[in-house]
Amino acid sequence: MATPVLPAPADAAFAAACLDAGQPVPGFIRCPAGERPERRFSVYRNNVVASLIGALEAKYPAVAAIVGDEFFRATARLFIAAHPPRGPVMARFGGPFADFLAGFPPAAGLPYLPDVARLEALVLEAFHAADALPLAHDHLPALASGAIALRRHPAAFLLRSQWPVLTLWRMNTGHVELAAVEDWSGQEILVARPGLEVSAVLLPPGAAAFLETLEVGPAAAAAAALDVPGADLSLILAALAQAGAFCAPEVQP
Amino acid sequence: MKTALDLAVLGALAVALGAATPAFAQDANAGKEKCFGVALKGQNDCAAGPGTTCAGTSKVDYQGNAWKLVPKGTCMTMKTPSGMGSLMPIKS
Amino acid sequence: MTRTSLPAGAGVGFKPQHFAEIAAARQPLAFFEVHAENYMGAGGLPHAQLAALRADYALSVHGVGLGIGGLAPLDTEHLARVKAVCDRYQPESFSEHLAWATHDGVYLNDLLPLPYTEARLAVVAQHVAEVQEALGRRLLLENPATYVTFAESTIPEAEFLNEIARRTGCGLLLDVNNVFVSAVNHGTDATAYLDAFPLHLVGEIHLGGHAEAEDGAQTPLLIDDHGAPVADPVWALFAEVIRRIGPVPSLVEWDNDVPAWPVLRAEAERAGRLLDSARRIAA
Repeated sequence: MATPVLPAPADAAFAAACLDAGQPVPGFIRCPAGERPERRFSVYRNNVVASLIGALEAKYPAVAAIVGDEFFRATARLFIAAHPPRGPVMARFGGPFADFLAGFPPAAGLPYLPDVARLEALVLEAFHAADALPLAHDHLPALASGAIALRRHPAAFLLRSQWPVLTLWRMNTGHVELAAVEDWSGQEILVARPGLEVSAVLLPPGAAAFLETLEVGPAAAAAAALDVPGADLSLILAALAQAGAFCAPEVQP
Repeated sequence: MKTALDLAVLGALAVALGAATPAFAQDANAGKEKCFGVALKGQNDCAAGPGTTCAGTSKVDYQGNAWKLVPKGTCMTMKTPSGMGSLMPIKS
Repeated sequence: MTRTSLPAGAGVGFKPQHFAEIAAARQPLAFFEVHAENYMGAGGLPHAQLAALRADYALSVHGVGLGIGGLAPLDTEHLARVKAVCDRYQPESFSEHLAWATHDGVYLNDLLPLPYTEARLAVVAQHVAEVQEALGRRLLLENPATYVTFAESTIPEAEFLNEIARRTGCGLLLDVNNVFVSAVNHGTDATAYLDAFPLHLVGEIHLGGHAEAEDGAQTPLLIDDHGAPVADPVWALFAEVIRRIGPVPSLVEWDNDVPAWPVLRAEAERAGRLLDSARRIAA
């Protein structure tokens, strides 16, 4: 069967009018006698926009809590107009939201907001990331013999922020009580999912540098970590290992 | 051949993993409390949305006069050291 | 082969928030259905839950994003993702919609309608054939709920679906709620639609709730929101369908304002009782 070659005017006009309420309802749309095509067509417009706003709200609940429902929905509509989804998998939609917020003047008074969005995106990424067993005590002999390498877990992600975004995120996702934030220093955060549960933990100084340099090798990672003021290798490795930042070797020794 | 730093890394790992190897649940029930609700909502489905609400039918333009919204959520509680306002630079 | 290998009992659209209750005991259900697009991540809880469900129940995978009804060529990357889900879980059935959502690379996240013309029929049949070829399995194509019609449409919807099935060998998924919603919205007769529908090709039935638009307009407008119990006239249509063709795998879907598990299960059990009586009459 040959692929029919056809122009795409109908779907193009329909799609454009769905996304932009400023466009008229396409002339080929029909509805029962006495009914306004605008009312019927608005069902599609609303379904498209409301479902995408819902997807963003589900992905960025802390951002939504911080700015409030009305502001979030209005912001989400602008984001959707600028960055509509490029594929059918909703879990992947909304990646540029943090960058969008960073350049969004009405949110300029909340400079930490983009990093909260980045943290929420990492939480979802970790939720769907590849499965791997975390490194355990049993693997140490193989590590020591050089039979296996120390590797980052596929569901472990770093976020360095100049804001206390882990604190802000916890307060806005019901993990801790909402309160005035006393300490506004930056935080380095590990988002990990060693089993099926996602966790986000605060890292000690140097831990982010260690994990970022781990691909080069453990010696380079340790050296990079120890360059950071206040770094303590024992604390760093304890934090990373217990949070599930390292994965088990693919082949058991 | 192991360098001194490798040994330091290994030693620290042995301490970190030795005392209490973290138990990571593989039960599919896990995560219902602690996965923070991610992906439990906002999934793909084949249902219509709210149909005739105004979500998709008004024009949006924050550069025009229509945009009068200010953030009014919990940010009211979590004041930055510089206060609420626009003193903070936009960070990109 | 007309029917899928799903058992001809009642099933439920799986929602992750119900997992713990479902897993706690054997449920009196014939199958579960999931949306393919929610299992396209690499790993994690969604796959762990689906693998656990799949071990205990028959499974229907229901796609929402292939855009079979659209003019745009099929997204081959997405088709590969759907195939990966089907290969991994070997569902008894795979179904998709007579609808589209992607244009010019933008995904609109809704099931959008299409004109029923000869030209569109050729495109849709080609898409169905491509999907069946790629997946190596027979597809069930679902009738849509629609809110508008197209000036250029020349073919009745039931006939359009029948012709796609004739050309491609696909089966059909009859969404009885969609039949009712569309009939009310377009001022047509739902029973007449069933009379015209090739019921012998139905491999699965969908049942869901709808909402009535409350905007004071004169013409009734129903929204297929899957956010309420199945309405009485939809139950009546369902009973009529299975009276005509006997028991068919029948799914209750509830996607918005999802109720507690016992409420959803009770909806499915109601469908199951109707299927049982159809089975007794047929016997």
